[in-house]
Amino acid sequence: MTSSVAPFLIFYISAVLAGVTGGRLRAAIMLAVPVVGALNLWGMADGTAGQLVLLDYTLTFMRVDKLSMLFGYLFHLAAFLGIVFSLHVKDRIQHVAGLAYAGSALGAIYAGDLVTLFLFWEMLALTSVFLILARGTERATQAAMRYFLIQVLSGVVLLAGVIIHAGTTGSIAFDFIGLGGVGSWLIFLAFGVKCAFPVLHTWLTDAYPEATPTGTVLLSAFTTKVAVYAMARSFPGTDLLVYIGATMAMFPIFFAVIENDLRRVLAYSLINQVGFMVCGIGIGTALAINGAVSHAFNDVIFKGLLFMTMGAVLYRTGKMNGSDLGGLYKSMPWTTGFCIVGAASISAFPLFSGFVSKSMVMVAALQEGHPVVWLCLLFASAGVFHHAGIKIPYFAFFAHDSGIRCKEAPRNMLIAMGLSAVICIFNGSYPWVLYSMLPFPVDYEPYTVAHVLTQSQLLFFSALAFVWLQLRGLYPPELPSVNIDTDWSYRKLLPAAAIAIRTLTGNLAAATRDWTVDAFSFAHRKIYRLHGPEGVLASSWPTGSMAFWTAVLLLGYLLVNYFS
Amino acid sequence: MSKPVDDKNKHMFDDPKNIKRVIHALYAVCGVSLLLDLVVHRHVDHPWERLFGFYCLYGFAACVILVLVAKELRKVLMRPEDYYDK
Repeated sequence: MTSSVAPFLIFYISAVLAGVTGGRLRAAIMLAVPVVGALNLWGMADGTAGQLVLLDYTLTFMRVDKLSMLFGYLFHLAAFLGIVFSLHVKDRIQHVAGLAYAGSALGAIYAGDLVTLFLFWEMLALTSVFLILARGTERATQAAMRYFLIQVLSGVVLLAGVIIHAGTTGSIAFDFIGLGGVGSWLIFLAFGVKCAFPVLHTWLTDAYPEATPTGTVLLSAFTTKVAVYAMARSFPGTDLLVYIGATMAMFPIFFAVIENDLRRVLAYSLINQVGFMVCGIGIGTALAINGAVSHAFNDVIFKGLLFMTMGAVLYRTGKMNGSDLGGLYKSMPWTTGFCIVGAASISAFPLFSGFVSKSMVMVAALQEGHPVVWLCLLFASAGVFHHAGIKIPYFAFFAHDSGIRCKEAPRNMLIAMGLSAVICIFNGSYPWVLYSMLPFPVDYEPYTVAHVLTQSQLLFFSALAFVWLQLRGLYPPELPSVNIDTDWSYRKLLPAAAIAIRTLTGNLAAATRDWTVDAFSFAHRKIYRLHGPEGVLASSWPTGSMAFWTAVLLLGYLLVNYFS
Repeated sequence: MSKPVDDKNKHMFDDPKNIKRVIHALYAVCGVSLLLDLVVHRHVDHPWERLFGFYCLYGFAACVILVLVAKELRKVLMRPEDYYDK
């Protein structure tokens, strides 16, 4: 333990090195980082280290246990695959941001207290936004700003929650918190934003598809999984999460079916998969937590693989809309094959990785008496095959021939995709290595006759439904379009409301001004009439009339005296 | 799912016969998996699972409902491509 370095430091230092080097040297440094980092992890023993006393509180930069180690290895693996995938990129900023982003994710995972977690929580936002900005389009810039704002806000909510929580409990420990006081609810909400809870999810579907082809691969790996990790640590067994998770698994698939941008389809399916994890954390039994965590592991690899294949297509063709693509299996056969492996894995086909992890959550849902939630998850399982398993490969690589002929993906991309595909198949076919890393001892057998048969039936008949709908012409065609989601509220409604309020206040101000001017000019006119040069009160009176009126007054006085 | 084969100019799915083959293979595996329900004594965690062909029916119905509902949603949600750029 003492010989090990905090994992985030290795990545932060290498981010600086990648900033001052170039060419092959930079490539060599970047490839070495995750390997050196993983060797560093190898030497760690359970416990805490890297403590720093600040005022009354102790900040812990390294808390090592089974849960943090699993995510630690996972993030090193994801960083390695993402780096291989992006080796052809010349853009220095993307490389630096990518390494710093991976380092921030590791910092958050190994944080032993909530203040350290908050620091890396904000660093995740700060480093990742450059992966979106690097796309260089106007759309990406605006999406990046919205993304950054929401991410930083979630950090502010987290900090507020931590302060209140520390004030009431006197503890900043990043352990089980559970829903209780205001502080814990704020922390829950902050985690929920990064988890992409329903209604709070649009930063993800808005920004991820606008990032660079290589940036999205890294984005899909870290932010949401850090949130899943934090949820698993602080809120396991929270009933509310079961229902939130089931909703997350369900609603995005409707959007995914009608979405045209294929990377946005994957962004929706990312939320759908996180839904399974959130649901498992909510159920909270050993089986469910194991399921949630192992599914997070598999999801990082297969979702990364799917984003890689779409990234390769975008890189080669410059297009990402289903309505513009099709027939690419002719030009990119390897990418097509890897995409199908990713599709089979996310769909949980037997022998592919999703099969050995997702079902743990579903079995746990039944065991804990949530049959309706189980039906929802089963619906989502069929749905995910439909939109991610069939739609993505079908509209990109098959469907009608778009006439696009391009080169196969660059070699580094193919290697990254190939490695990811191998991991998907390995974890699916031989899950015991993954199972041995899980936080609880595994008492679950994925390869029973019943499980293989029922899952195959579900998937084959989902495919049959796709074929039937296509042949009957009932399947909605890919159309150049956007679908409004809750981000409509702040991209359209809020600006429109702001304009309306500005117009209204403008009108009010103008009315007040007019009224005031009117009132003043009225008063002015009145005073002018009395006091102006022609006014009664301003005219000069002759001395004679003064004497006359004095005489009249005196006469009146005399008469009053005389008769009284 | 089929494996793509990239030969010189003629591609696998340029021939409609190959598409037919894939679809017929799917029909076959669907039929076989449904019939296996009669033979295999499945372990069940819930009584609904015991119904013959439960997973087959559920998978098929779920996808059809999903697509038809999503199609209806388009009427409410779909906007032109430059909707947010305006």
